[in-house]
Amino acid sequence: CVNDLDTLPLDEDLLTADKLTDDASYKGMLAKCYAAFVVGGQTGVDGEPDISSINGGFSSYLRQLWNHQELTTDEAICAWNDGNLRDLHDMDWTASNEFVTAMYYRITLEVAYCNNLISLTKDQDEFKAYNTEARFLRALAYWHLLDMFGTGPFVTEEDPVGSFFFPEQATAQQLFDYIESELKAIENELPAPRTNEYGRADQAAAWMVLSKLYLNAETYTGTPKYTECITYTQKIINGGYSLESNYENLFLADNNLSNNEIIFPLVCDGERTQTWGGMTFLIHSTVGGDMPASDSGIDGGWGGNRTTSSFVNLFDDITGETDSRALIWTEGQNLEIGDIFSFRDGYALRKFRNITSDGVVGSNLSHPDTDFPLFRYADALLMYAEAVVRGGSGGDMGTAVGYINQIRERAYGNADGNITDADLTLDFLLDERGRELYWECHRRTDLRRFGKLAGGDYVWPWKGAVAAGKSVDAKYNVFPIPGADINANPNLTQTTGY
Amino acid sequence: QVVSISGKVTDQETGEGLPGVTVLVKGTTNGTITNFDGDYTLSVDQGVTVQFSYIGYETTEFVVSSAQTLDVALRLDTEQLEEVVVIGYGQVRKEDATGAVASVSSSDFNQGATSSPQDLIQGKVAGVFIQSEGGAPGSSAKIRIRGGSSMSASNDPLIVIDGMPIDNRTIDGMSNVLTSINPNDIASFTVLKDASSTAIYGSRASNGVILITTKEGKQNQDFRVELQSKMTVSEIKEYIDVLDADQFRALVNQRAELNSSVNPALMGNANTNWQDEIFQTAIGHEHNLSVSGALDKIPFRASLGYTDQFGILRTSSMDRKTATFKVNPSLLDDHLKITAGIKYMNIGNRFADKGAIGSALRFDPTKPVFNNTGIYGGYTTWLMSDGSRNVNGTRNPVAQLQQKRDESDVNRYIVDAQANYKLHFFPDITATLKVGLDESDSDGFVNTDRSASWVRTALSGVERDYTQKRRNKLFNFYVNYKKDLPGIASKVDAMAGYEWQHFWSNASAYEIDRFSDVVEDSKDETENYLVSFFGRANYSYKDKYLLTATMRADGSSRFHKDNRWGYYPSTALGWRIIQEPFMENLNAVSNLKLRLGYGLTGQQELNTGDYPYLGVYRLSDSRTQYKLGDQYYTLIRPDGYDQSLEWEKTTTYNVGVDFGFFDNRLSGTVDFYKRDTKDLLNTIPVPAGTNFTDRLLTNVGDLENIGFELSVNAIPVSTKDLSWELSFNLTHNQNKVTRLTNYDDPDYKGVDTGNISGVGVGNTIQKHAVGHPLNTFYVYEQVYDANGKPIEGLYVDRNNDGTVNENDKYYAESPTPDVFMGLSSTLYYKDFDFGFNARAAIGGQIYNNVIIGARYQELTVNEYLTNMPSEINNSKFATAQQYSDYFLEDASYLRLDNVTLGYNFQKLLKKSVGIDLNLRLYSSVQNVFVITDYSGLDPEVNEGIDNDIYPRPRVYLFGLSASF
Repeated sequence: CVNDLDTLPLDEDLLTADKLTDDASYKGMLAKCYAAFVVGGQTGVDGEPDISSINGGFSSYLRQLWNHQELTTDEAICAWNDGNLRDLHDMDWTASNEFVTAMYYRITLEVAYCNNLISLTKDQDEFKAYNTEARFLRALAYWHLLDMFGTGPFVTEEDPVGSFFFPEQATAQQLFDYIESELKAIENELPAPRTNEYGRADQAAAWMVLSKLYLNAETYTGTPKYTECITYTQKIINGGYSLESNYENLFLADNNLSNNEIIFPLVCDGERTQTWGGMTFLIHSTVGGDMPASDSGIDGGWGGNRTTSSFVNLFDDITGETDSRALIWTEGQNLEIGDIFSFRDGYALRKFRNITSDGVVGSNLSHPDTDFPLFRYADALLMYAEAVVRGGSGGDMGTAVGYINQIRERAYGNADGNITDADLTLDFLLDERGRELYWECHRRTDLRRFGKLAGGDYVWPWKGAVAAGKSVDAKYNVFPIPGADINANPNLTQTTGY
Repeated sequence: QVVSISGKVTDQETGEGLPGVTVLVKGTTNGTITNFDGDYTLSVDQGVTVQFSYIGYETTEFVVSSAQTLDVALRLDTEQLEEVVVIGYGQVRKEDATGAVASVSSSDFNQGATSSPQDLIQGKVAGVFIQSEGGAPGSSAKIRIRGGSSMSASNDPLIVIDGMPIDNRTIDGMSNVLTSINPNDIASFTVLKDASSTAIYGSRASNGVILITTKEGKQNQDFRVELQSKMTVSEIKEYIDVLDADQFRALVNQRAELNSSVNPALMGNANTNWQDEIFQTAIGHEHNLSVSGALDKIPFRASLGYTDQFGILRTSSMDRKTATFKVNPSLLDDHLKITAGIKYMNIGNRFADKGAIGSALRFDPTKPVFNNTGIYGGYTTWLMSDGSRNVNGTRNPVAQLQQKRDESDVNRYIVDAQANYKLHFFPDITATLKVGLDESDSDGFVNTDRSASWVRTALSGVERDYTQKRRNKLFNFYVNYKKDLPGIASKVDAMAGYEWQHFWSNASAYEIDRFSDVVEDSKDETENYLVSFFGRANYSYKDKYLLTATMRADGSSRFHKDNRWGYYPSTALGWRIIQEPFMENLNAVSNLKLRLGYGLTGQQELNTGDYPYLGVYRLSDSRTQYKLGDQYYTLIRPDGYDQSLEWEKTTTYNVGVDFGFFDNRLSGTVDFYKRDTKDLLNTIPVPAGTNFTDRLLTNVGDLENIGFELSVNAIPVSTKDLSWELSFNLTHNQNKVTRLTNYDDPDYKGVDTGNISGVGVGNTIQKHAVGHPLNTFYVYEQVYDANGKPIEGLYVDRNNDGTVNENDKYYAESPTPDVFMGLSSTLYYKDFDFGFNARAAIGGQIYNNVIIGARYQELTVNEYLTNMPSEINNSKFATAQQYSDYFLEDASYLRLDNVTLGYNFQKLLKKSVGIDLNLRLYSSVQNVFVITDYSGLDPEVNEGIDNDIYPRPRVYLFGLSASF
């Protein structure tokens, strides 16, 4: 009877590795590598969570990415009293902040999922595509690590799992080099732009990450790479994309139709991809006060995120009548924020909605069908222009201004907002990126590149935890490595200042 | 005709006179007691039966025919002298026991409203801490023996019912494993506390073992019928002090002037006390009937029980039906003893939504219960300005109770059979074989009225059906060798055995939303095995020096092949000092024994499923898929795992002294112990990127428990008409985490634990930290102004670095009291009995989570108003200060658990109507009072965080028990 001790799971939902060798299994693992950017766990809703240090719904990669890229800036502030959430906008987080910790583990977990699939499909030609896409997703995650943390543990498919070992720490330069080499290695193995299945990465997705890597290279490593940025944004621009004619359609429940502009979406679905993170969070958390929830296609707002007057002031006309991108809700709201914890303080933004371009409500009132446009064409145009202004070679000012005016013409509906060569300054570009890309997880990276994130060059309401805003220490340009991992891995050294 | 009898009562063996023997006319109160020499004189009616009884001797009866000299020689009652204690896989004579073992038999059980077995011994045993999870009918209880040895793994003791180790994991719809037994069927509890006595249970013994023996019939016993009936009335003791409607109106109007987001127009005109609306006075009744005796030389006992209990929170109720049958015949000239029994139980629960308790504190008291609009079932519901439902608004507490039916029906039966065969040709050897089956199933549903406001969101299930089944099988076989070796003044008792257990369960759930779309359709099945070999040797020399050694090897399917087997040895020494010649002249001392014990035990109940070491892939459900192209894909995820996971091991050292004075009128036990847990399972952060999770359970920590226990029993008065028994126990246990991580890191603050609520998601208030007890509160030190009012947001800069941040938090106390005490007293005066049980705890802290909501900001957050505790008038906090030690309070208390007064009609009935019926009527009050400085309702809360607990009611009980 001693042999009874050899047991295998009886649950049909639990499988050992030897049962997972066919195409369907590998595609299921690839689906997890993609889905891990959106959902918190394996059962509805965010049950069997992937990470356990924070509630399953909170743990969604996209939700944390949004919190880290937006709450830390002039674009967003949250009314909730969840743990140390407010520290993100206050810019006084510590290495034990649970949200920073969740973001960090989300990124490194994505790396681990991808490593596993890469290792399993290694040298199996029939699964080459999965292998390549997993390498892309891993590079994307490592770029997030580089961008937000500046450093971190370095693990590849060569390392073991199922035990505790201590990975070495990668410097920013090492991360930069690795991401660059990986993306260049798979660049030609990925399908041409717009030829892969919807939701899956193609060459343009890899080029977007490369472009962003190069545009921010000076920030990351001290070495500018604007010329390379121009090279790669040009590849995207020649990839067959065009601007969606109606700006608002990019953020609606049928924005999967806007794949002429959206280069890489995180796919959400009301019935089949349910989470309290992802777009559920993004749409619900931004509805409150007198905003009718039904107009956003949801069953009720959570009254959390709205914006600061600094962002509102980027628009000369906030009604949306001149610049259609000003999707600002003012009714029942105050422009200035007296009480952080009152949703009515600060204008709301109604950018993302669970309603189609035809006005039909999404399939589910709790969980939107709206996809998140992680990368889109307009950003490639803006990056090209900025790389030119910053002195990269291979592009020219005239083309840059032309690209900006494409974006402006879509926003204004006519040429009234068009600019000239003289208008195309760095300050203009930062503001224009805000107007075009707000709440799309770019703001923190952008402010930092322009030297306006930490420090006192630019302050916005409640930066530094005071109503008027104040300067904060330069260390807040990156997040600390969570204390949890510093304790777990003796090879890690904490970022200076933390 | 009255005649006088007199004589001398002697010990049959020694012929010496016996003082203190009770001489009584049977069935009356007429009697006397022998004097110092054993002489007595008594006047009696001719023809009556006179009884001679004395502790430790067989009771003897004579019929008085005439005036006579009646000398009586009493025989030692060997059965009674050989008082045995049940231990693992056997029993020992009490005086030969070498471990820290405490037993409580039915005569010492707590009286009163005992609907669950653990209530019988609450406060009775030193080192055993029992706390009910709340006042719901049939609610579960936390039982901790010597403080628990684990941090994240289970700290529940192993429970063994009639030799069957029971799976501690409960089944859905039954909150408490122990409720599967009717308290009236229990004959005794034996608590094994130290490792020398528990190690025989190996990998499940680290948290102590509770052995429960059920009642059974006796050989040659007359038929005996017992009937018990009780009726209870439960009522809430007090409400949480919240603002009433007028106070609330005043506050809203006052705050509206300061803050534009507070909108007085949201208020109504009613005056509703929401707590009044959700609580009720609840009645219950319980009836038990048992028949025992011997039928054709086959002793048996059969019982039926029925309990029906309403809860004080409206809509909660429980009914329980139990039935048992047990036979224990001896065959083949007593060489073969068979015990077979079945215990059956059925529980019907209706659970009330406990969320209503919190909602009742928060719902606007100016609003009526019903708004009579017809929507949402007519219950007042928070709406947005556009008339749509406010999803964030507090739920109507009455609707939460009335618009939901959460019911379950649970069956459990335990069947076991044991054969005990003393070899005919070699009677020193006894072989025992036991088989057992413990099966339970539950069938439940949770239905919500489709008009209920909170199911208006898609995805909120309105009809949920679930089932669960557990089947645990046991087989064991052991051989016992027992031999007296008078030639060398030694006795040997050795045992070796094998045990096999299989634990299997499955579960399914099916849930639809209000559009009848399927929200959940899940199935689950899991199992694990335990295979064990064990042995024990007892050796005694001259009945003075005792040695016990045990060994167990446990194999668990929950670990990797390489770590699967654990070996748990123990040894103990006993010295019966009372037997030494030098004690002979110390007449006052009637018992003195020294015990030394050492043992190693393990823990495999990790709370992480049955395959924690195995790398597996988990498939996602239909709501968690991802769309690539036109198709939705099931997600296949590798789960995190630690292949080298293994047992937690606890080493226990124990020193104990058993003592008795004045013929054991005063007796007791003192124990000191130290327990070191190694390879403590802690869920620690994995080095990021190295595993498929962020935190993983692994063996990294060390924990230490040091304790002291004292229990004393006294019989201060023992006369014919009046006797008084007192028992007192005291426990001190100090635990301390000594290691938590893979490597030493002085900056490591510890593991977050202790979730608090009322301030968003994800806030914790406690840490398991090195150098501190488990669950130590980790908080800021509040600064107060000259008037003693807390200054909001101002905390002491404890590290003096000029700023106050996370690093200024400090480790306060833990919720565990330094000292527990239990006191019970029973007084018999003629036919009256009066008893009480009290408990006290000194030290420990409690976090008042209930009053966290007392902050002005909470008045309005998202277009609705929130009521708050009256505490707001003290702190006047504007925003949440949840990490302030302002909310920590001293948790010490003195509690009178119950008081019972009874009257026995036996003599009265016999005298007046001539019926030999034992009838007792009694009345008791449960949860009489609590003396404490704690400002909340009840200082006894789980893990020290007081958060909307189901209040423990005060219960008035009227009962009768009859037997004939």
